[in-house]
Amino acid sequence: MISKEEIKKLADLARIEIGEEEQAKLALEMDAILDYVGQISEISEGSAFPSPEQGEGHAIVGGEVNIMREDENPTASGTYSKELIAEFPRKEGNYLKVKKIL
Amino acid sequence: MTIKKARELLDKKEISAKELAEGALLQIEKRNKELNVFLEVYDDVLKQAEDAQKLIDSKKSSELTGIPLAVKDNILIKGRKASAASKILENYTATYTATAAQKLLDQSVVFMGRTNMDEFAMGGSTENSAYGVTKNPHDTERVAGGSSGGSAVAVAADMAMGALGSDTGGSVREPASFCGVVGLKPTYGSVSRYGLMAMGSSLDVIGPIGKTVSDVEIIFDAIKGKDKYDSTSIDISPLSPSYIKRGKEGKMKIGVPYHILDQKGISDDVKKNTDESIEKLKNLGFEIQEIKLPNIDKSLAVYYIVMPAEVSSNMARYDGIKYGLSVPGKNLLEVYKKTRGEGFGKEVRRRIILGTYVLSSGYYDAYYSKAMAARKIIGLEFAEAFEKVDAILTPTAPSPAFKIGEKSDPLEMYLADIFTVTANIVGVPALSLPSGFASPKPSAEAGFSEINGKKLPLGIQLMSPHSSENILFEIGKYFLGEVSH
Repeated sequence: MISKEEIKKLADLARIEIGEEEQAKLALEMDAILDYVGQISEISEGSAFPSPEQGEGHAIVGGEVNIMREDENPTASGTYSKELIAEFPRKEGNYLKVKKIL
Repeated sequence: MTIKKARELLDKKEISAKELAEGALLQIEKRNKELNVFLEVYDDVLKQAEDAQKLIDSKKSSELTGIPLAVKDNILIKGRKASAASKILENYTATYTATAAQKLLDQSVVFMGRTNMDEFAMGGSTENSAYGVTKNPHDTERVAGGSSGGSAVAVAADMAMGALGSDTGGSVREPASFCGVVGLKPTYGSVSRYGLMAMGSSLDVIGPIGKTVSDVEIIFDAIKGKDKYDSTSIDISPLSPSYIKRGKEGKMKIGVPYHILDQKGISDDVKKNTDESIEKLKNLGFEIQEIKLPNIDKSLAVYYIVMPAEVSSNMARYDGIKYGLSVPGKNLLEVYKKTRGEGFGKEVRRRIILGTYVLSSGYYDAYYSKAMAARKIIGLEFAEAFEKVDAILTPTAPSPAFKIGEKSDPLEMYLADIFTVTANIVGVPALSLPSGFASPKPSAEAGFSEINGKKLPLGIQLMSPHSSENILFEIGKYFLGEVSH
């Protein structure tokens, strides 16, 4: 059972404000969903069952690998600036304006 | 009219690109208000058509020059709005163009406008749009399917001759099935994801919707290919891999996992239609073989772990700082929380929280890690099945289009994806074909089987090995009578 408090904690971690009422409703819905997806613990583990390998940039579970390239030939500075700056919610000149961080 | 036919008429100068565009605009004018298909109809449609006509007049036309197409609201075209049907991107203007859209622009298609969808493609009914539900043209009390509901209806209601959708767990195929049109979920990576708003990055693919298999093939051929902006993209050519058909004397063999049709929640109409479709394929000369996919019934569970996990990280970019909605707060944290709380709809919030849960340290091994292992097992089972058969057939959806508001419980809604998610988990291509209609029943006792005399489309789904879309197109063209032996 997921408690309302756990939902509140998850929402805080995900940076989403959720009202009291919705927290309670979400707890019930999450229980039902987790109960359903919990059936993967029953998956038949034949000889093919792959053991999870950990590690960044290495083969991960399923044998998939990351595709890397050299970090070279960057786009000329300023190529996309005009369009990107136009989308800033708050700005001062060409600077993005945010609330103070500290 | 099909794209193929329109091409002929355009090149023979029997019709102009402007006339085609005007025809589509007329349909939009007639029914868009009622059906809520387009979130925006572009104001330069006729100008685009005139530009295309110039190419046609100078005999420089390509396969799709001057063809009116619709584009899902999560695919970027520079300088045009793209909102993913979300409040958080209500006034967002795309700063670059998606590769798939660029490839169509290179052929001078006519983009009619951007189509409605479930917010950020999360849903199977287009009810999760922040801008209202899209209605099914066959019965306006019912959903069009989703998440690419607007794109499917645009084609079904002649507002465009073809459309782009995106498919993470069935979002092209299910609405195509509900609206009686053809929808393709291509091989993972065969169409670049550059410029497609990310939902589940290991599952997402852009796919075409059309009236016929030939039309879908034409759009797919135009948008596919390796792209330097998407490292997971691949080239596929119709000639490789040299695929040996499994059936006798060059006949194709289609496998049917009959055991999955015995699950709960599959409507009688769908079961009956699947049997009829199998008979039809037999009569067309295809061999049918029963196959077993022992863990396919776990696909939906795998999907609803992997997808929200990826959603929770992909959605982190919408924070009210760089672009889109920004709700004021007394400090930075409050800006984040208020923006995301108000900007995201219910289902998006639900999936982010679910994803945050399954990825959190105490539960990672029980859910995400297990799901990734299960994903591999299901993939191996498919590879084994494709040693014996050329394609696998299932229904596309467990029921015809359901009523708007009927599925209020999220889990119940997720179950509509039961047949479609597997192709995304495994990465194989899948095609939904219109296969008939739910038969009207006089009695109203059986819930979704109650049809009120209205004919509701049904669809079957074919899946084939990675990069073998050609197999799906071949079977599909026979099934719909576009070619014959």
